[in-house]
Amino acid sequence: MPNAKVLVLRAAGVNCNEETAYAFEVAGAETKQIHINQLLENPNLVDEFAAVALPGGFSYGDDISAGRVLAVELDTRLGDVLRQLLQRGGLILGICNGFQALIKSGLLTGPESKEISNSATLVENECHHYVDRWVTLKANGKKSLFVDGDGTLELPIAHAEGKFVAADDGSLDSLFAADRVVFQYTDQTGSETTEFPANPNGSQRGVAGICDETGQVLGLMPHPERFIFPWQHPQWTRDKSRTNCDGMSIFHHAVKNLKA
Amino acid sequence: MLWQFEICARSGQVDPYAHEIERDLAWLELEKAAPVELTRLYLLGGKLDKKKAMALGTALLVDPIVQKMTVAKHSEAPESDARVVTVCRKAGVTAPEEESLRRAAKRMDIELDEIRTGYRFRFSETTTTEEIERISQALLANGVVDDIQVGSARLPAHKTPAGTKNERTEIPLPEDDDELLAISVNLGLALNLVEMQTIRGHFFELERNPTDIELETLAQTWSEHCKHKTFGAVIDFNGKTIDNLIKQTIFKATKDLDRDFCVSVFTDNAGIVRFDDQYNLCFKVETHNHPSAIEPYGGAGTGLGGVLRDILGTGLGGKPVANVDVFCVGDLEAQREDLPMGVIHPLRVLKGVVAGVRDYGNRMGIPTVAGGVCFDPRYTGNPLVYAGSVGLIPVNRCEKEAHPGDKIVVFGGRTGRDGIHGATFSSMELHEESESVDGGAVQIGDAITEKRAMDVLIQARDRGLYRDVTDCGAGGFSSAIGEMAEKIGARVDLDTAPLKYPGLSYHEIWISEAQERMVVACPPENLDDMLALCASEDVEAFVLGEFTDTKRLEIMFEGQQVADLDLEFLHDGLPRPTMKATWTAPRRQNLRGFRGPGCHETIRTLLADPNTASKEWIIRQYDHEVQSTSCVKPLVGVGSDGPSDGAVHAPVLGSNKGFAIGMGVNPFYGDIDPYHMAQAVIDEALRNVVSVGGDPDQTSILDNFSWGNTNKPDRLGALVRASQGCYDAAMSLGLPFISGKDSLNNEYATKDGTIVIPHTLLISALSIVEDVTKSVTMDLKEAGSNLYLIGMTDAELGASSYLRNLDLRGNEVPKLHPRAIEIHRLVHQAIQDELLLSCHDCSEGGLGVAAAEAAFAGDQGLEIDLARVITRDTRMRDDEILFSESLTRFLVEVNPSNAARFEALMETVPCAAIGRTIELGHFQVRGISGLHIIDDPLKELRDIHKYSLTEILEGNEHA
Repeated sequence: MPNAKVLVLRAAGVNCNEETAYAFEVAGAETKQIHINQLLENPNLVDEFAAVALPGGFSYGDDISAGRVLAVELDTRLGDVLRQLLQRGGLILGICNGFQALIKSGLLTGPESKEISNSATLVENECHHYVDRWVTLKANGKKSLFVDGDGTLELPIAHAEGKFVAADDGSLDSLFAADRVVFQYTDQTGSETTEFPANPNGSQRGVAGICDETGQVLGLMPHPERFIFPWQHPQWTRDKSRTNCDGMSIFHHAVKNLKA
Repeated sequence: MLWQFEICARSGQVDPYAHEIERDLAWLELEKAAPVELTRLYLLGGKLDKKKAMALGTALLVDPIVQKMTVAKHSEAPESDARVVTVCRKAGVTAPEEESLRRAAKRMDIELDEIRTGYRFRFSETTTTEEIERISQALLANGVVDDIQVGSARLPAHKTPAGTKNERTEIPLPEDDDELLAISVNLGLALNLVEMQTIRGHFFELERNPTDIELETLAQTWSEHCKHKTFGAVIDFNGKTIDNLIKQTIFKATKDLDRDFCVSVFTDNAGIVRFDDQYNLCFKVETHNHPSAIEPYGGAGTGLGGVLRDILGTGLGGKPVANVDVFCVGDLEAQREDLPMGVIHPLRVLKGVVAGVRDYGNRMGIPTVAGGVCFDPRYTGNPLVYAGSVGLIPVNRCEKEAHPGDKIVVFGGRTGRDGIHGATFSSMELHEESESVDGGAVQIGDAITEKRAMDVLIQARDRGLYRDVTDCGAGGFSSAIGEMAEKIGARVDLDTAPLKYPGLSYHEIWISEAQERMVVACPPENLDDMLALCASEDVEAFVLGEFTDTKRLEIMFEGQQVADLDLEFLHDGLPRPTMKATWTAPRRQNLRGFRGPGCHETIRTLLADPNTASKEWIIRQYDHEVQSTSCVKPLVGVGSDGPSDGAVHAPVLGSNKGFAIGMGVNPFYGDIDPYHMAQAVIDEALRNVVSVGGDPDQTSILDNFSWGNTNKPDRLGALVRASQGCYDAAMSLGLPFISGKDSLNNEYATKDGTIVIPHTLLISALSIVEDVTKSVTMDLKEAGSNLYLIGMTDAELGASSYLRNLDLRGNEVPKLHPRAIEIHRLVHQAIQDELLLSCHDCSEGGLGVAAAEAAFAGDQGLEIDLARVITRDTRMRDDEILFSESLTRFLVEVNPSNAARFEALMETVPCAAIGRTIELGHFQVRGISGLHIIDDPLKELRDIHKYSLTEILEGNEHA
């Protein structure tokens, strides 16, 4: 069986494309990094892929707000082909800036909606600046096709605008009720938290990643592609027997669910 | 129709930027100006009716969950309001957001023909106009780059800067020497009389006057910044002649060592060393001191942007994989009234430079992985900003050569009036009015433009589309093309350069230091492909001219020849100066009867010293993990808050081969003897890479001297001493210099005299790590281990952190032992043999600070016994043993099962078991008497180290 193909989207300021592509390849996919200009000229390039990944970075310098300009491009020019991708069972992954763009494009609110998302957004961190640190996440894999079961993961975050804010309590509750909150920041006891630094940005109820109604679209602030070798864990020199890489598990699971 | 969009936070939502300003008001003692209301302003014009304008704003500008928007015709927007200030970029200053707005609007089928963005701040009822002005200057804007309009609520429409008359201009060079020198001064050329006379002689022979652009080209090329005149001078040092200091010291060490891993040294934009079969590494560190003094954010950002272009312009293009930065600033807690006129407060300088490096490096997608900060009041008016980068470059892309007939293709940013005279400005002394006089010397960066340029450069490199590349740095096109054409010749047509706005004179175009521009030599047959590649990723590219075989630099503008320079004269015509240097050892300080406050108190003082305290507040604002190559991070240990000695990265995904980076800087030793300072910082840089797993026999180093005015014999003498120290240490430790840069004239003139920075030599080490999975970190790992101190401890407390905190200097600066390299090699061997659980070098604060850091980073108690430390002088006291900064010492943790092997390995060097790790979470030090002189819970020491600097920077938020 041929390997499933993943389109890793490049754009001005996107900078995690190499390692995101690499992680998908280690997981068994074939990848192609395509610049958005090429895709805007020919949106149907998406048709030959089973998944689209929006890597981290600073698309268009995060001008206006993080991911906003890319979100407009996704919504106005690529919305149709991306929804077709979902209809044929494909996956979309947005990491960090990719998540910011996805949530602002409306693609995380479900395949039917064409409006700019108005149920939730990502805003500046509560600590007022960029932060790079590792976090512990509680996963809910009931709906998402990227996560296997309900385990705990350790991954790094690195962003300035990652605070998850829902439009109102009702929107937040319904995300939880629909098992669409895939990752939450947790404290040492394993409970969701809003306390810095375990919750690095002040996200409501510690929301770190959500999926769409189908589970085929995942957006998350942490960087799974930065924990694909055991020696990337910040405490690896304290336990050299470590072999599991929590980031890799997301790519493995996604590729398992890809239709080649 | 022109519309003004106003976006502000919904009630109940905190605008983080407004919040930050409110916090900073305390610093100005203007808390009463709060609350601050912040409104983002967008002025957008085009074929827009109200409905379309609303749709555009909704889709693009406002985030309705947290913000609200109002839209009004610009002409109808409220005009004046006494309590507000409106800030926007000056016309001509890069505002990248405008391009993004244009692009996004286009996706909605709206063509915008006018775009301007800005901020409006509204203060409390009781704030006066004068106070708003003060707040604006101090917190909101920089007059160098921003338009600040107090009392105006409306964003001003765009103004194009005034044009300059653009006719070919000749500058006759008068015979009178005073008048001749006046030309150099008036045109800001920074050339001295001998140099001006040389130029006069050259044009006298040609029987013509130079044009303005010819003089500018000579001034740029002959600037200290570009030519390193001082290092190449004939120097009379205490009566002995040194013919070319750099060739006699730095270069000589590399030549004498003749290491086979050096691929290219001192010739390219960065030094190149071997990495593996496929790739080499290149490494360069630059300074950007003067621009950062007058605009910290922009200065530091473009400092990093500049050194990244150095990597892109090395060989046929390196890909930056790791950044480093070191800052030297004044006292963060200085009282405003104690600072000289015209300086920016050190706290703002530090916050500004951190934000500058953060925003540029993070946006470029390059991890910032190592660095440091030094604090000394003498840096107040003239802070230092070092930025560096390591690049990965394919082995078959390390050589370059432009051919006659190749097209000169420039791509990346546009040319504007920003950064005129940067090269010559950096070669002059700073003073109270530097900001207003030299504002044009500040460059404004746009990281995304550079990122786009990098993306196409790497693709073009791999496709072999060009034969030579360099970046536009100091001196702009003048230096870039002058260098590439040096052996052949070039003809340039300045009309072709895309400008940020009209009205630049031809010589401004030629020497502008507008950022993010790369120059390649493209064979004509590849030109179409090159231009198409650039266009495909929205990178502006154009042909500026072509390389020739005339050995001349010919510049055309609007059909006229405005320059015709002999390249040999341009590059080799500079007369070598003769300079005088003296050095006398400082008077010995009488320390008889000196008694410290006790080790228990001292360890707390030293951990809280900003020079030693945790830099976590800075480090975490940098993305140090992008590219997914980070193995040993800058912060390590149980709580990821221990200061790592060096950083380790595996830059090729899928390979465990890596490199380590370590920095060494200690300006304080230079107050006693720059010779020993140089040796100490070279040893420190090496210790930092060896501690984490770097191979001392595959290590190369960079030198960056930041010095005072070397026309003064004492400063130059200190430079000679330091250079001699570099040579001796490099030879002794076997470390070749592969690149370097010097920044002289770091002095600040005030009414009360000149403040000279301390002699500051930064050494950066790059070391190969054969297998990153063998890397070691500094945090203690487990109870029951043996602790060894490797290396000899001597009573070397001169300029130590200990004495400085007692306002003493002392005399005995640490000295490099001739057999130090043996220790480095054996530590490396022990790491390769996997005998070490942890390894931490002793630097500032000596054994005491090193042991405390290792303990709290590992959340692992320890006990050490000072009586067991091997000392050269048997009469050393507890405080001397604990806080001496003797070089080449490592504190290592060994599992008892490996003790015999480890001890056998260390047999030939001083190495003693000085203690062990214990179950109790305490830091225990037994003095010579056998009694505990320190016995503290780790958490207490950890918190002092972790929060001291953060509290100053955050205003006690973590207290």
